[in-house]
Amino acid sequence: MAGLHANTELLRKLLVGFVRDEVRKVGISTVVLGLSGGIDSALVAFIAAEALGPENVHAICMPYKTSNPESEAHARLVAESCGVNFSVLPITAMVDAYFTMFPAADNMRRGNKMARERMTVLFDHSALLRALVLGTSNKTELLLGYGTLYGDMASALNPIGDIYKSQVWQLSATMGIPAEVIEKQPSADLWAGQTDEEELGFSYRQVDELLYRMVDQRLTKPELVAEGFEEDFIDSIYSKIQNSHFKRRLPVIAKVSNRTIDRDFRYARDWGK
Amino acid sequence: MDFTAVLAQIKPKLGCVADNLAAIEGEIIKAREAGADLIVFPELALSGYFLKDLVPEVALRIDSPEIMRLIELSSSISIAVGFVEETDDYHFYNSALYLEEGAIRHLHRKVYLPTYGLFDEQRYLARGGSFRAFDTKFGRFGMLICEDMWHLSASYILAMDGATTLICLSSSPSRGIEGDSLGSASAWQKLTSTTALFLNCRVLYSNRVGFEDGVSFWGGSEYVAPSGESIIRGRLLEEDFVTARVDEGALRRERIFSPMIRDENLFVTMQELGRIAHERGR
Repeated sequence: MAGLHANTELLRKLLVGFVRDEVRKVGISTVVLGLSGGIDSALVAFIAAEALGPENVHAICMPYKTSNPESEAHARLVAESCGVNFSVLPITAMVDAYFTMFPAADNMRRGNKMARERMTVLFDHSALLRALVLGTSNKTELLLGYGTLYGDMASALNPIGDIYKSQVWQLSATMGIPAEVIEKQPSADLWAGQTDEEELGFSYRQVDELLYRMVDQRLTKPELVAEGFEEDFIDSIYSKIQNSHFKRRLPVIAKVSNRTIDRDFRYARDWGK
Repeated sequence: MDFTAVLAQIKPKLGCVADNLAAIEGEIIKAREAGADLIVFPELALSGYFLKDLVPEVALRIDSPEIMRLIELSSSISIAVGFVEETDDYHFYNSALYLEEGAIRHLHRKVYLPTYGLFDEQRYLARGGSFRAFDTKFGRFGMLICEDMWHLSASYILAMDGATTLICLSSSPSRGIEGDSLGSASAWQKLTSTTALFLNCRVLYSNRVGFEDGVSFWGGSEYVAPSGESIIRGRLLEEDFVTARVDEGALRRERIFSPMIRDENLFVTMQELGRIAHERGR
């Protein structure tokens, strides 16, 4: 599919330029990111290392006791191969302390808590290191809402939020990311044996083909059906996008004045930069 | 006459007029020292692009000290520069000035303010109402601001008005990563080349670089000869100082080889456009 095929040389230049420019223009030279051992954060670490120099990139691996040990090993391997600073900060104590009050909490609550715990660690390091937090959510997850609001979705800058998972794979293959990280099954690693594709019920490659046509090319439903997509699949993805839209917006503000933030008080974030 | 034009591929700071003016002055001095006759800056070089509610804060009257300073600098080098213009009746325009020999030779107000996709110009800015060619030391010019050039009629009117050089000031965002080159860059390259070719005009295209809220501007400023051939092109996504030697002979030869503009029938065009306007009005 031509549309999902990215010109990786150009993409790399754009994303490296983005990190360099948007970080430095606010008077900062350092970034911090969570390194999970998966491909998305590995790619962001590589992009940041190229943009700012590996010495200015701090990658933090934040395992919980149920995390697959292979994840930490892969995170370490990624940090070593791009040369960034690496530390391991387990979140087990903080998460477990909370859930002693709610022992019956289900996997979703526990998973969200872990994601938000990691967020607080990263933003604390933002203050500690005078570093901006880089986001590692790709366009596929952002559109599907497959992420935790104020958790892994929280960041100052996200270099990969406009590229699909399929394009993350393409770019990663050209940037020297270790093969075992590229080739493994994507997983949120919230519990043993979890894989994204099993939880979602479809493959990333499959949904990216649909998302690209639906979102980027704005094909109508009859056009999508004519291209061979199942009607139920189209409907369910459309609902996922619609129902997760709140995650992609600021909190809704009740308007009472003439100039309400983000409605009729409109400035770019790079105002004055 | 032959002349040397510099396309100043700069990275304006959003909403920082004083900083941008200082950077623009620096480029002007550098161009003058390099012996250039003309320097062309991008659209909204004095203010940055995604201004939104900043428009009234960065707007300048054409008798403001900032513009007076640029007029003064134009005594030794001609200058084309983009800014937000504030008028006596408090309208705000996306404008471009052509300054030469210490005077304003021409003011163009962007006519086509895009509001699709990532653009939102007409929410904040007033729409210009004319395309006029004007005389310079280097012949008759026409000025366009970015989206203006995507309307065939704009370049056509300027060429009919006698312009042989089209200057386009641009803040074109990067998008499209699917092809051999950047999507918006290839589209523009086709446009500048085709416009030059159809109208036997040269095109001086100056586009900015840098990022604003994650949107990058791709640069690639270029001088396109009247044959449609790109003679020199600036770097992609990086600041540049593109120096183009503009050859009068190439224009003359092209107009001899392909005299389409000479043969253009303005009467037929006017008659048919008049008919269409009349029919649409009914």
